[in-house]
Amino acid sequence: MFRRIGNWKSFWPLLAFFIILLILPPIIPRFYTYLLASILVTGLLAMSLNMVLGHGMIFQFHHGVFYGVGAYAVALIVTKTSLPAWVGFAAGPIAAAVVGLLIGWFCVRLTRLYFGMLQISLGSLLYVIVFRWYDFTGGDDGIYGIPMPSILSSSKSSYYFILIIVVICLVVMYLIFKSPFGTTLLAIRDNPQRCEAVGVNVRRHQLAAIVVATFFAGIAGVLFIVLENFVHPDLLFWVLSLEIFIMCLLGGWFTFAGPMLGAAIMVALRTFVGIYTEYWTLILGVILILLIFFLPEGVVGFFIEKFRGRGTTDMQEEK
Amino acid sequence: MLRVEAVKKSFDGFLAVNEADLVVEKGEIIAVIGPNGAGKTTLFNLITGQLKPDTGRIIFKDEDIASVPPYEICKKGISRSFQIVNIFHRLTVFENVQVAMLSHQKKTFNLFSPAKGQVIRETWEILDNVGLSDKASKISGSLSHGDQKVLEMAIALGNRPELLILDEPTAGMSPEETSVTIEMIKRLTTDLGLTILFCEHDMELVFSIAHKIMVMQQGRSIIQAKPDQVRDNREVQEAYLGGSA
Repeated sequence: MFRRIGNWKSFWPLLAFFIILLILPPIIPRFYTYLLASILVTGLLAMSLNMVLGHGMIFQFHHGVFYGVGAYAVALIVTKTSLPAWVGFAAGPIAAAVVGLLIGWFCVRLTRLYFGMLQISLGSLLYVIVFRWYDFTGGDDGIYGIPMPSILSSSKSSYYFILIIVVICLVVMYLIFKSPFGTTLLAIRDNPQRCEAVGVNVRRHQLAAIVVATFFAGIAGVLFIVLENFVHPDLLFWVLSLEIFIMCLLGGWFTFAGPMLGAAIMVALRTFVGIYTEYWTLILGVILILLIFFLPEGVVGFFIEKFRGRGTTDMQEEK
Repeated sequence: MLRVEAVKKSFDGFLAVNEADLVVEKGEIIAVIGPNGAGKTTLFNLITGQLKPDTGRIIFKDEDIASVPPYEICKKGISRSFQIVNIFHRLTVFENVQVAMLSHQKKTFNLFSPAKGQVIRETWEILDNVGLSDKASKISGSLSHGDQKVLEMAIALGNRPELLILDEPTAGMSPEETSVTIEMIKRLTTDLGLTILFCEHDMELVFSIAHKIMVMQQGRSIIQAKPDQVRDNREVQEAYLGGSA
């Protein structure tokens, strides 16, 4: 699995990849710089979801809500107060983590599917509030033209800002993934009952994981504002949550970096398919069906199994 | 050390454990035997908190643990293995034991130092002890059934328990694996000073290592006594050994 990525063999390709991302913007058209930034932001969001989904088997069905909360926190602080935007940038992930704690606190009392259902309900509630509260959130108009600090005003500078923040986040997420907490989370994913029997308070660990994951989703929300300069209730709509859920499955939800690849495929597809047809969701449905039948462990998972030749029966049995 | 007093547990009207009593003193090896469906596993689930008793008391070190959650009971010093293999099947053998050890040392909320450097020596010690060191880096789901049963026990040892509860430790093992496991259990009790409570269908194992045997039938505890007394008991012979032992 990708979880053994920590050796030097995989460090150099990653560094090379990072350098490519650094030197690309002056070379490629502006649109592609935007597309890359969009992939990075969405990828960070998908990876934050996978912290709880693939590594904790917590059915976080409505993760998009925390993305939206992070984005709205910035938008509201910048447009409604005289505080500098950087305060908003810090407030975004904190607001997302607090909402994550509140919603998670109720949800961890339930397991698996019931957890997911309750989360969709609570998340949708938040969506409706944002959607309807015109005086405060701008309702379904959203908030447009959010002023950013001058240093982030050009598309290149915002790209580099996004790239650097995403890389820092990935490093921190990787450290957490490899920490005792990360290992414990994997154990909870595999067997919560046994975890309790070895003295692990499963609910408390799940709640902690949710708070950490929603914090990173909040950062992704902040980066969305940096990229787009607007916010819209659709960020909290369940369709987006479903899309990032599929990104995790598509990339490989038992791997560390798979969801980033999933995001890249999905964002690129949506962009290019969107030119030819408005039935993007139809394509999404077909992808999901193909995925379930042919790549149950996602693209990265598939290749890792292929090259390592490890038995996959356990995982397939579970599905 | 452990006292189970008149414990009852029913599922939808079916009385799985009915007024069971059990006493375990420090340093003892106690076996629980009984026909299938006698309530042995349910009794263990009650002791380790997976189930809550309807009535009765379970006293561990002078404290009633009858409605304490499993993770708290584990921290108090009771650790268990399961009858049906119950491991972290996508983790390596090493990580399986490491998780228990991390939990024992209260390090599971450590977010930033690499797990690679945590409780390494202690985990190897246990793997050496049970003879799984050479398979440490294997994914546990790919082990043979016998090795998974041993890993079951190794995980339970990771919590450094005072009382180790083993639910049919040799079920499904080959005769060779069984005899190795018997030797191992004997060695563990003397080396680590463990108190062991186990249930088992293999009578050879029961009579060769148990200090005392408790016999269960239809959820009730019939007798708890030394092996030869149990062997000679008429009620036990009729109920369980079919009068032939």
